[in-house]
Amino acid sequence: MSPYIELTNLQVCLAAILIVINGVVSIVLRLRLEKTLAIASVRTVVQLSLVGVVLSWVFRVDRWYVVLAIAAVMTLIAGFSAADRSKRKFPGIRLIAITSVWSCAWILTGYVLLFVFQDLPKWYEPQYAIPLLGMVLGNTLNGISVGLSTLTETLVRSRGQVETLIALGATRWEAAGEPIREAVRTGMIPIVNSMMVVGVVSLPGMMTGQVISGMDPAQAVRYQIVIMFLIAGATALGTVSVVLLSVRRLFDVNHRFKFELIRTTGSS
Amino acid sequence: MNPDVLLQAVNLSRRIAGKTLLDDVTLDLTAGARLGLVGPTGSGKSLLLRILALLEPVDSGDLLWQQTSVANDQATIYRSQVIYVHQRAAAFEGTVETVLRQPFQLKAHRGRHFDRDWIVDQLATVARDAAFLDQHHEQLSGGEAQIVALLRAIQLSPRVLLLDEPTSALDRQSARHVESIVMRWYGDAPDRRAYIWVSHDPSQADRVCDSLITMHSGQIQRRQTTE
Repeated sequence: MSPYIELTNLQVCLAAILIVINGVVSIVLRLRLEKTLAIASVRTVVQLSLVGVVLSWVFRVDRWYVVLAIAAVMTLIAGFSAADRSKRKFPGIRLIAITSVWSCAWILTGYVLLFVFQDLPKWYEPQYAIPLLGMVLGNTLNGISVGLSTLTETLVRSRGQVETLIALGATRWEAAGEPIREAVRTGMIPIVNSMMVVGVVSLPGMMTGQVISGMDPAQAVRYQIVIMFLIAGATALGTVSVVLLSVRRLFDVNHRFKFELIRTTGSS
Repeated sequence: MNPDVLLQAVNLSRRIAGKTLLDDVTLDLTAGARLGLVGPTGSGKSLLLRILALLEPVDSGDLLWQQTSVANDQATIYRSQVIYVHQRAAAFEGTVETVLRQPFQLKAHRGRHFDRDWIVDQLATVARDAAFLDQHHEQLSGGEAQIVALLRAIQLSPRVLLLDEPTSALDRQSARHVESIVMRWYGDAPDRRAYIWVSHDPSQADRVCDSLITMHSGQIQRRQTTE
């Protein structure tokens, strides 16, 4: 017998009743969210089912190049979304976001796979590599997009201060020092906060999943600790990287602030 | 060539979105020059000044500092000697003294130190005492903030000041204070220093400048001396 209860489609449908509550709330309070809710629910089912299919296939095929290809697609999507979430954009923002997501997520996930887990049967073991990378991407994406938004926002808002310092002989790093610190700090706050309350206020999804699937809670906790540190490290590295690369892009070699590059878009 | 030429702008042009905002402008600034830049709004005065401070790029033309083109790795050194002062001073967190100390944390001014006595002495000429240094910079009036901006610049003994309508947003009294600070800095070494003063006010231009350049549609229209 499996250590966990296998869910049938019928049982998932029983859970779907719960989402009906949202629909009722929306109709009663006239929130006009019904349509969005319906779309979101369908997307949840479709996207996750697709991921299930893809993951089963990747596990079955079990080749390093398939794992790397899937990982690359996940990374690109994360990079694009990080750049697109920023309200203010500039030419090259996507390349910078992708470079940052890619380097920090892969280096740190690689470190955990090779040096923390050590005796994996294969270095690319998809059962570990893909979920781990997925969690790292999902979280660093936040840090990176928040860092990026805060940087551009702060630079635009404090253009006067930045140019004053430049006019007094500051380098771009000196002139943008405060916006840089502000952006990195804001990007790192969410992960630091969740490390503060983890286990007390919230039980992390991955740990919950492992406990349900029959893992010893003490082991699940160890996994969770590794994950938290991995996410924290990747977020810090990714945020610093995206902020520094953006500053390099937004100032020229004469330490001139290329304010004209920053465009405001309507999207949120 | 005149060895006393500090700053030379040679055939500077700047176009943005197909519109020529600065058209082939050439000017020399010699040591001791007190040059006024006048002309209608949008004639390119501010843009020219910002280009001279390397705060705007040019599409063509050259900028020479003491006969040498300003190289990329020299920009901060250049700006520490040719200081641009904004029309409106940006507000910073902290006290006036913190703000005045800012430039000494920059690499370009390494080895130099904040001289509080000198500042207090300067403040006396604009009817402020040492208590002014403890005020919060963000709470200063426009005139006071502009006085701080000027003191912050001239305490670094720059060779050239680029003044972008430094008094246009100020009342008469504050404007006179700003003028007196600049005159005192200039008077300390009139054979070595120079400034360019963008002004809307013809009587001020006559008062603080020896020669005037009138700009129109991105071009220099007229050069003259004041009486």
